[in-house]
Amino acid sequence: MNAAVQAPKEPPTKVSVSGLDFYYGADRSLKNISMPLHTNKVTAFIGPSGCGKSTLLRVLNRMYDLYPGQRAEGEVLLDGENILDPAIDLNALRARVGMIFQKPTPFPMSIYENIAFGIRLYEKLPRADLDARVEAALRGAALWDEVKDKLHASGLGLSGGQQQRLCIARSVAVQPEVILFDEPCSALDPISTAKVEELIDELTNRYTIAIVTHNMQQAVRVSDYTAFMYLGELIEFGETDDVFNKPKEKRTLDYITGRFG
Amino acid sequence: MSDHIVKSYDRDLEALGRRIAEMGGVAEKMLAEAMDALSTFDVDLAHRVVSSDPRLDALQREIEENAILTIARRQPLAVDLRECIAAIRISGDIERVGDLAKNIAKRTLKIVSEARVPRAIVGLKSMHEIAAMQLKDALDAYALRDTERARAVWQNDSDLDALEDSVFRDLLTFMMEDPRNISFCTHLLFCSKNLERIGDHTTNISETVVYLVTGESMPTERPKSRIPDFGVKDEAAQ
Repeated sequence: MNAAVQAPKEPPTKVSVSGLDFYYGADRSLKNISMPLHTNKVTAFIGPSGCGKSTLLRVLNRMYDLYPGQRAEGEVLLDGENILDPAIDLNALRARVGMIFQKPTPFPMSIYENIAFGIRLYEKLPRADLDARVEAALRGAALWDEVKDKLHASGLGLSGGQQQRLCIARSVAVQPEVILFDEPCSALDPISTAKVEELIDELTNRYTIAIVTHNMQQAVRVSDYTAFMYLGELIEFGETDDVFNKPKEKRTLDYITGRFG
Repeated sequence: MSDHIVKSYDRDLEALGRRIAEMGGVAEKMLAEAMDALSTFDVDLAHRVVSSDPRLDALQREIEENAILTIARRQPLAVDLRECIAAIRISGDIERVGDLAKNIAKRTLKIVSEARVPRAIVGLKSMHEIAAMQLKDALDAYALRDTERARAVWQNDSDLDALEDSVFRDLLTFMMEDPRNISFCTHLLFCSKNLERIGDHTTNISETVVYLVTGESMPTERPKSRIPDFGVKDEAAQ
């Protein structure tokens, strides 16, 4: 057992957060966060409500820019480029960093259009190519077999789980590099949840994934790395197996074992 | 550790610990009585040991079921999950200790009629002293979540192994002295093996305690004896 040989190899980093502070007006809701998102790995964010995990996710694709009075300070490098730079093209950024929300948010249009819509924003494709991209996206989101015969039916007619996978397909269709999941399964039944988790497992071959979840078991199941946040601070970040089996911080242990008082 | 938000969770885990303590008590008593029965050729006592075993089996099954139910109900993580796994493992080891004690009692029943060389039992008594002490320490280590004590048990098991080797040579000598001793001494040989196995289960318990508390596994290799090895080693028993 040579320690030098045993030293774990750090996988490459897709997103590097350093010294990140976030303010809602005067409230500092993220405090000096520094952590990586490793390439083609799943990173789970856990912590009690209001700890800042969703806020952090919203920084990663500048979602907060939509709201006045919210600002981020520090550095978030996506492939070495600081995405907090005001000069960055937000549409291009959000195509590279997709996001899935707690409640499925299909557009009030057909299943086909839900996906084609996003692609058309970024690319002009011949009809046949567009069809192929829509199919690939639906297959990628494990939804194709269920909807291939009703592509022109409304996306709102799908079940909650199917709607969530439609949103994942829509996100995948624009060929992002990072996908952010904000409690994607909290409104889904166990079977739909299992399908989404299976999907996350497949997506990790091609995408770097961050997921916020309140379901501890889900974090254990789907993630490679886990970040535990509390009151706007990053308390512990590490490999999921370590964080859930032998966390270094007592606050992490108390939280994951249900001792938080 | 009794500070979960859900109080009934604490009660589930505490109940597991209490049952383990109860099992430990039964096994310790069985071992002590089995050795008493052997050294005094007490048939009644030997029968009592044999009849205690079902109690141990029932307790083990109860612990296993409750641990599995707790896992299903609470989805424990980290130390809580290890608490459940440790209960399953330790109850298995204690149950085996009980079986081995019962086996000593059964052999006692077979050799009472031909009790021949009482001094042959002296070595076994020394083995028993160590094994009983080790078992007590391992159970205390579990009850107190004391990794230092657990590691000490783990370290000291080699003494029992070495003693078994010397008992083996003694019994061999008695058998060579007088072939009529063979049957009697062969039973004692198995008894010494049983005591050595009890030591192994005791080490398992202490390994589990270290795992329970720290989340780390002990090394697979145990230290070699401080007492010289006499070249007779059963590798399968390791």
